[in-house]
Amino acid sequence: MSSTDGPLALGSGGQLSSPPMGVFARPGQSKGWRSWITTVDHKRIGILYGAAALFFFLIGGIEALLIRLQLAAPNGKLLSADLYNQVYTMHGTTMIFLVVMPIGAAFMNYLLPLQIGARDVAFPRLNALSFWVFLFGGVVLNSSWLLGGGADGGWFNYAPNSGVIFSPTHGIDFWNMGLLITGIASLLGAINLITTVLNMRAPGMTLMKMPVFTWMSLVTQFLLLFAIPVLTSAQFLLMFDRLFGAKFFDVSEGADPLLWEHLFWIFGHPEVYIMILPAFGVISEIIPVFARKPIFGYPFMVFSGIAIGFMGWGVWAHHMFASGIGPISVAAFSVSTMFIAVPTGVKILNWMATMWGGKLKFSAPMLYSIGLVTMFTIGGLSGVTHAVSPADTQQTDTYYIVAHFHYVLFGGALFGFIGGWYFWWPKAFGYALSDKLGKANFWLLLLGFNLTFGPMHILGLQGMPRRTYTYRDGYGFNLWNFVSTVGAFLIAISFLVFFWNIIASRRKAKVAGLVMSGDPWDSRSLEWMLPCPTPAHNFDVIPTVSTLDEFWHRKYGEDEAGRLVRIAATADVSQKGDATDVHLPSPSYWPIVLAFGLPWVAYGLIYSLWFCVLGAVCIIGAIYGWVMEPSTEPGGDHGDHDPHPSDASGDAAASIEGAALVD
Amino acid sequence: MPRPPSRELHSLTDVVDTHVSDAHDTGHVTSTGISNEKLAMWIFLGSECLLFGGLISTFLLYKDRTASGPELHDLYDIGFTSISSFVLLMSSLTMVLAVSAVQRGDQRTLRAWLAVTAILGGVFISGQVYEFTEFLNEGLGFTTSPASSAFFTLTGFHGAHVTIGIVMLVSTLVLSLRGRITQKNAEAVEIVGLYWHFVDVVWILVFTIVYLIK
Repeated sequence: MSSTDGPLALGSGGQLSSPPMGVFARPGQSKGWRSWITTVDHKRIGILYGAAALFFFLIGGIEALLIRLQLAAPNGKLLSADLYNQVYTMHGTTMIFLVVMPIGAAFMNYLLPLQIGARDVAFPRLNALSFWVFLFGGVVLNSSWLLGGGADGGWFNYAPNSGVIFSPTHGIDFWNMGLLITGIASLLGAINLITTVLNMRAPGMTLMKMPVFTWMSLVTQFLLLFAIPVLTSAQFLLMFDRLFGAKFFDVSEGADPLLWEHLFWIFGHPEVYIMILPAFGVISEIIPVFARKPIFGYPFMVFSGIAIGFMGWGVWAHHMFASGIGPISVAAFSVSTMFIAVPTGVKILNWMATMWGGKLKFSAPMLYSIGLVTMFTIGGLSGVTHAVSPADTQQTDTYYIVAHFHYVLFGGALFGFIGGWYFWWPKAFGYALSDKLGKANFWLLLLGFNLTFGPMHILGLQGMPRRTYTYRDGYGFNLWNFVSTVGAFLIAISFLVFFWNIIASRRKAKVAGLVMSGDPWDSRSLEWMLPCPTPAHNFDVIPTVSTLDEFWHRKYGEDEAGRLVRIAATADVSQKGDATDVHLPSPSYWPIVLAFGLPWVAYGLIYSLWFCVLGAVCIIGAIYGWVMEPSTEPGGDHGDHDPHPSDASGDAAASIEGAALVD
Repeated sequence: MPRPPSRELHSLTDVVDTHVSDAHDTGHVTSTGISNEKLAMWIFLGSECLLFGGLISTFLLYKDRTASGPELHDLYDIGFTSISSFVLLMSSLTMVLAVSAVQRGDQRTLRAWLAVTAILGGVFISGQVYEFTEFLNEGLGFTTSPASSAFFTLTGFHGAHVTIGIVMLVSTLVLSLRGRITQKNAEAVEIVGLYWHFVDVVWILVFTIVYLIK
């Protein structure tokens, strides 16, 4: 995994003498585990996000298989009703917050600086902090399995059902704490990436020359920025209720049970787009490359993404049609929900128009992209049927809903992301995944996916309720449940193929010792100008951008008849990976130390406030260490700057960052 | 490939750390012309709006749901809270004066106004502590009713924000005393100021919604 090690040592830790705060020597390693826990390189952080997400994916996947085993036949005995509640709650929570969102974060971290022609994100240490905070949040959430059982109220944990009366174990407290912590990670990431995209674009790269993936990521980060605090405020209320006896959800004292639902879904619906928009961005990069045509209707792609971002705030109550919010609300939210299908439909049609008349090449990334377009369309259509509120009251809480959101989030987001992995794997690791295995992986996944979730439409319309741990014989549910379970195991096998592909392709690449070309797919955007794997410093010289698909236009032009002609060899317009005169921010221990304090605060609130004191000492100490440490170590080889006295402003600014973290 | 020499970047630090001196001299290193730190603070404050939005909505929903506890409006001492609000709003003025001082390079005035701002913030917090204690004595605890929970959560979150602001002000003051705040990086003070003004603006909303509207 250390393939991003460039020829360039990170920073200048070697010459360093004075340990900041007298605790740590400034880390200088560029290899080994220590280089990974101290890294501030956006590419390595992206890889860490991806690896952590895959780890949590294994956990969430095992939970999914447990659910399917339990439901394979009537009167399943594998899980008790109580354990089943925990397993589906944790499956949903894990897949949403610890798998799909961080995979999106992995792509954004890795690609955004490369696509806009920057050498790193705006705040590299803050970026590392985001990752570690996310990881520790995931650990807190999942540690509930070892400390008395997981949350059992569904991933939305409706209050008052999630109060201590109905859920007396600490499961929901762990859920609350874990997601509050991952929320901090998302917020920091959003601030960092929005600043990066707005502020650090290469010369000439106006907003409307940014790749579609960058655009969709920007929209996603704005959604996170505004959606996460709403969830945070709701979670604080729930925490105060559960741990300190507040009365926010105590209906006997006059509290309103709809408050949580509203707050949660004001977060929860933008969350849907937070998960899907990055995948839309991914396939908007892949399809033009494998169709050898520019994206059709670039401005429409961008503005429909922005439109989804705005309209995503006006549809939340369609999750609540069955909760008695009144006919006017239901009508309004029905209409707005139907409206939001329009920009999504624009995107679907634009992808098809991009493929139309192109020289299509069905490599693995392209197959997954087409998989997204088709599967998401099915999920989108069943989504529109929810917008029809009379139909929705029939569908609410049945397997029809489960089918719908798996088609959009698994068939949509995850298909796109796997395609993205096959597409950018060479860029990140310096070797390509086998296309043959990739195709086998795809067809197995497509088959398994449709076998698993397709029958759920039928089950749902037949009236099989979701979140019920078993069903009786004789309702006609047996066949389709069994098919669904078989499909789930096919999905599991397809992921084994994926993991095998990683190992086998890596081994093959090592034996062959081939030097990878920087541009294996003949692609369009700036990151493909760089060698594979990307060197630590990204760009030797920051390119000046004059068009959308800059790299493509440096390779190809048109003749008089409008035909495509090559105007330059790829090697001539690519960068060589020469790090002369480039200085990088130095790695740091402080992000992981700061993040390490947060689980203690969480455990402290649940068990004993003394842990909070420990955690607070750790956090405050880390903030001061962070502030005192300049983000780039002034070493002897940084001769092109004055030994600037203005370091203090960096410290002050860092202290603002730090102060902002704790609130 | 042609590239305008003025925008050629040799060093990552040029891009990443806009506090490096030459970034401030030219002021055009970032795409927007706003420094990364300042933009990040604006973005963060945007997010904070939604955090308070959630809490204010909760309060509006619950303000009359007092169960068996006392009515909130029976306990308010509008005169007292008006004075402490006035103190907090005045601290925005002194914050502006502090920023203006550092932009002129006047360290002594900067320190004086920073100290005054922090003290005014401290007075406000003391007022809040006093008020909370009074309410507690009169039978309005955190767990009394949905209304009381919402009241203490909303005003408490705001109080926590003011407290963090005071920590930032004192840190800036200490950095200034150690000679690390100069005219060149006056923006650091300005960014602290952005946060401080935001907290004040939120209080205007909270004071109106919680105390003045019946």
